[in-house]
Parts: sequence; C-alpha cells; structure tokens
Amino acid sequence: MSTAVSQTWYMTQRQLMVFARQPAYAIITLIQPVIWLFLFGSLFRKVVGLGGFGTTSYLDYLVPGVVVMSALSSNMWAGMGTLEEIQRGTLNRFLTTPVSRAALMNGNVVNNGLITALQSVIIVLLGLAGGADYPGGIGGVAILVLASVLLGTVFGALSNALGMLVQERESIIGINTFLLLPLTFLSSAFMAPSQMPGWIRHTADFNPLDWAMVAGRSAMSEHPDWGDVLSRTGGLLALAVAAVWLSIRTFRSYQRSV
Amino acid sequence: MSSTRAPAVEARQLIKTYSGDVTALSGMDITVEQGTVFGLLGPNGAGKSTTVKILTTLARPDSGTATVAGHDVLRHPDRVRRAIGVVAQNSGADPVATGRENLRLQGRLYGLKGAGLDRRVDELLERFSLADAARRPVKGYSGGMRRRLDVALGLVHRPEVLFLDEPTTGLDPEARTAMWDEIARLAGDEGLTILLTTHYLEEADRLAERIAIVDRGRVVVEGSPDELKGELRGDAVHVELSEAVGEAGRTLLEGTLGGLPGVHQVLLDGRRISVRADDGGAAVPALLGALERAGVKVASATVARPSLDDVYLRYAGRRYSEAEAEGADSFVLAGGAR
Repeated sequence: MSTAVSQTWYMTQRQLMVFARQPAYAIITLIQPVIWLFLFGSLFRKVVGLGGFGTTSYLDYLVPGVVVMSALSSNMWAGMGTLEEIQRGTLNRFLTTPVSRAALMNGNVVNNGLITALQSVIIVLLGLAGGADYPGGIGGVAILVLASVLLGTVFGALSNALGMLVQERESIIGINTFLLLPLTFLSSAFMAPSQMPGWIRHTADFNPLDWAMVAGRSAMSEHPDWGDVLSRTGGLLALAVAAVWLSIRTFRSYQRSV
Repeated sequence: MSSTRAPAVEARQLIKTYSGDVTALSGMDITVEQGTVFGLLGPNGAGKSTTVKILTTLARPDSGTATVAGHDVLRHPDRVRRAIGVVAQNSGADPVATGRENLRLQGRLYGLKGAGLDRRVDELLERFSLADAARRPVKGYSGGMRRRLDVALGLVHRPEVLFLDEPTTGLDPEARTAMWDEIARLAGDEGLTILLTTHYLEEADRLAERIAIVDRGRVVVEGSPDELKGELRGDAVHVELSEAVGEAGRTLLEGTLGGLPGVHQVLLDGRRISVRADDGGAAVPALLGALERAGVKVASATVARPSLDDVYLRYAGRRYSEAEAEGADSFVLAGGAR
C-alpha cells in the first residue's frame, strides 16, 4: 500500500516540476481565468438587474462560474501531456518498470488537482480584490474548490484516456473545442437559471459543470442548501471515480495498440 | 556459456497482428543463453521492435509464449519487469528534469532509496561520462549524451537482462563507436544478458555472440557471426551490369551462370548479379566470358569474403538494402501482400 502511495507521489512530483520549471506555461494557466473574470464581469455587469441571481453584484455570481469553467478548460487538455509522453517514449519506459498503472494515472490526477485548486483559489482571491462578497466564508470557498477539483478530475481523466486511445492531437483539439463553449453556456455559469429558456435550464441539470457551480454557489451563499451541495458534490465524486477507473483501464487497450 | 542453465530469454511461436491486418510477427522463436549478447538483426518493419515490446511486457502477443529471466511475460509481468532493463528507441527521459533527477526517479520506481540510490546514481553518471552534465536539464544534452543516459536509466536497478532496441540509430559515427565500446564493456559485466536489435549488419557482427536474422516477422537463420558467414562456402562475386536484365533473360542467365564449374548460387536482380563461388578469383573470367557470350555488358566485378549481407541475401532471399527500403511501407502492405 505504501509503495502505491509513494509511487503516486514520485509521479506527482515529476509533473509538478514540469509545471514549476516552465514559468510561461504556469503563468498562462493561472492568468487566463483572470481575463474571463474581468471580461465577462464588465460585459454582463447589468444583467444582475434582471433578478434571480441572489445578489446585487454580478461579480459575486460570476466568480464560481469562472472557477468551474477554468477547471474544465485547463484539465481537458491533460490528454495532450499524455500524448506527448507517449510520443517521447516516456510512458513506455514507465510501463516496463514495476510502477503500478494506477500510480501512473493518479500522479496525473493529483498533479492536476493541485493545479486546479491553486488556480481556483487565485480566482477567488482576485474576485475578492475586485469587490466580490462571499457570505459563506472560507468553508463555502473550500467546497467550491473541491467541486472544481472533482470536475477537473472527471475531464482530465477522460482527456487522458482519449489521448491514449486515439493518439492524435487533432482529435483532442477537435473534441475540446467542440465541448468547451456548449458545456459552459448550457450551465448557470453566466446566467441565473430563472432567466434561462426552459430547455437550457433542464439540460443544465444534467451538466456536471452546472453541478459544480450549484454546489459552490450554494455553499458560498448566506444560507447554503446542504442538500443541493451534497447531491451535486456526491454526483461529481462518483463521476470522478468512474472516469479515473476508466482511464486506468485504458492502459489495456493502449497495450494492444503498441 | 553453459547449457545447463535456463535460458535468459525464450520465445516460442510468437504471433502478433495489429489492427488492420498488419502482421508484425508470424511465429518468432528465439532463445538467448544467460550472460551472452544476442543480436536480432533485420530491416525496419521485420518485427524486431514488436518482439522486444512483447518480451518487455509492453505488448501482448496474439499467441505464443515467452519467458524472460525465468518468468512468464504474460502470467507474471511484474516479476519480468523487476528483472529487466529496457532501453527503447525513444526512452523519453524527462527533458525539463536533469540527468540526475531522471536517474533518481527511475531508481525509486524500482524501490531504491536513501544512500543506496545516491551511490548507484553517482556510479552511473560517472560510468557514462555524465557527471559534469548531471545538474543540467536533459533538453540541453547532445544525442550521444541522451543515449548514454537512456542506457544508464535501463541499468539503474542492476537488471539480469538488458534490452537495447536500436541503440545507435540516429547517432553520428563518433557517438556510435563510443556506444559500441560501452555495450562491449557491459557485455563483460558479470552475468548480464543483452538482447540487442539492430538494422546495422556491422553492429550485429561486432557486438553479438549470436545473431538471429529476422525477416517478415520470424527468424530465418540463427548462429554466431562466424558460423553464419562460414556456412557460405567460398567467396562472393558481385557483378554490376551496364543495364538491367528483363525477366526472361534473367532465368536464362541464372541457368547459364549456375552451370559454370565452382559456382554455387546465382542471384540476379536488376543490374546486380551475386554469385557464390569456391574460388572467386578463378570464377571471374569464366563468369565474364559467359556474360559476354550472352551479350550482356558488364560495368564492374568484385570479389569479396562473405559478409553478413551475403548471409542475409541467402536466407531472406533478398538484398538487405531492398528489405530496408521495403520496410518503410511494410506497415501498410504487410497484411495483404503476405
């Protein structure tokens, strides 16, 4: 058991080092959400007047939306890293050592989770600096971060599995470009559910992005609905476990293709 | 080389087909005795890398069995992984990590730690002349340095069997010679068995004690370099023609030349005739005379002691360079054409 844990840690360390030693990449990952935050914050500022947002400041409403959207958009590229490791021969090198397959994949998961958490906290702090108010306090923020990490894990693991299966950059780029905006706009990221057309509101109920936003917003509000928080985070956790399991299974089909 | 010990590597009837009906292996058999250097020689696409992938637990065969260091690769891949070191064509050292960091991580994956790990890493850096570069990120290494690091990565846990897949491909001549010296030194290490694949005839001849020539997914002949060359009695005579001979003329010429005294094997393709003769020098005038009578113009004629190229020609039925050229598209054609 302790071997599995230490192997996972070695793999995580290795990936964190890549992140830390490529400052340009690190800065872009952390800065891009800022653009979303202030761009959408200014663009849609007056929309809050329509009502149903549960606050009078659009920034309050927007922060969880941008946190979750950023978690999606940074994790869905995880497969590119895996693809690079396949092409470079790194994955095959690890697969011929006794390292466990789960540790290989979990190294990715932990690394992506830590980066997502850091990114989420930075967005929350920037929102705070911009005048956003979080009545739910630190506990509420922690739940938002947890939900965005879980969501990131779902899409990061799926992206890794896709990278191993198709082994083509173009497919990952195509699928991500196809998914990012529809998933984001078919959720409560920018618009209060009561202002949405009925079909979008119903579709959003099945969108894991929306689960993360609902859980985070509710936990951060003055009077959290713990039922909502639990059901949505529970759903995300189940999806995350399933996606990671699937991505570990994908090693088998990868083995057939090498 | 005692025959009482179990072989370090034993593969029986390995068959592997990739999706799209591409046959990579069509009944691969190899046996590598402990403590020896064994060379798998063949052109690109012959099945060498696929064999290595199966023996190193990376890929699974469609059928057939294999044991490495006494462990079954399908039933106990974990035991095999502990016993082997693998230096693939792309070993993928982490480019942003330093040479030392790469080696330390590799060692940890095999359970090395603490002072033992430090010692082993220092030892390898020293041995592969990487000590000065140990603190630099790998992305700044030259091709030769990277390759040396790759080999060091494969040795970190003192494996019983080392797989070297095309160890010198892509290296400049100087780095290649240095790598050959390094491999020759490794071969002297106590008990280390090396299975090396190469498409350089010279490399196999120089490094391997036993060679298996691989063509189209199976072994066509196996032996020591001297045995293989010795089987080809006499000399090789190569005659270059001024122009290519057609299919009809070819059969006729092969018949005529094959009938000459002291001439054994005649192979004609395009403008090249390869002849095996008891005494090359004596056969040349007779060959040239016969060609002149047949009205074929000769550009040049050379006599040579047999080389592995000749061995390849004899057993694979085609010239090595042709097989190399075909290897490039065999991934696409292999299934249907064979």
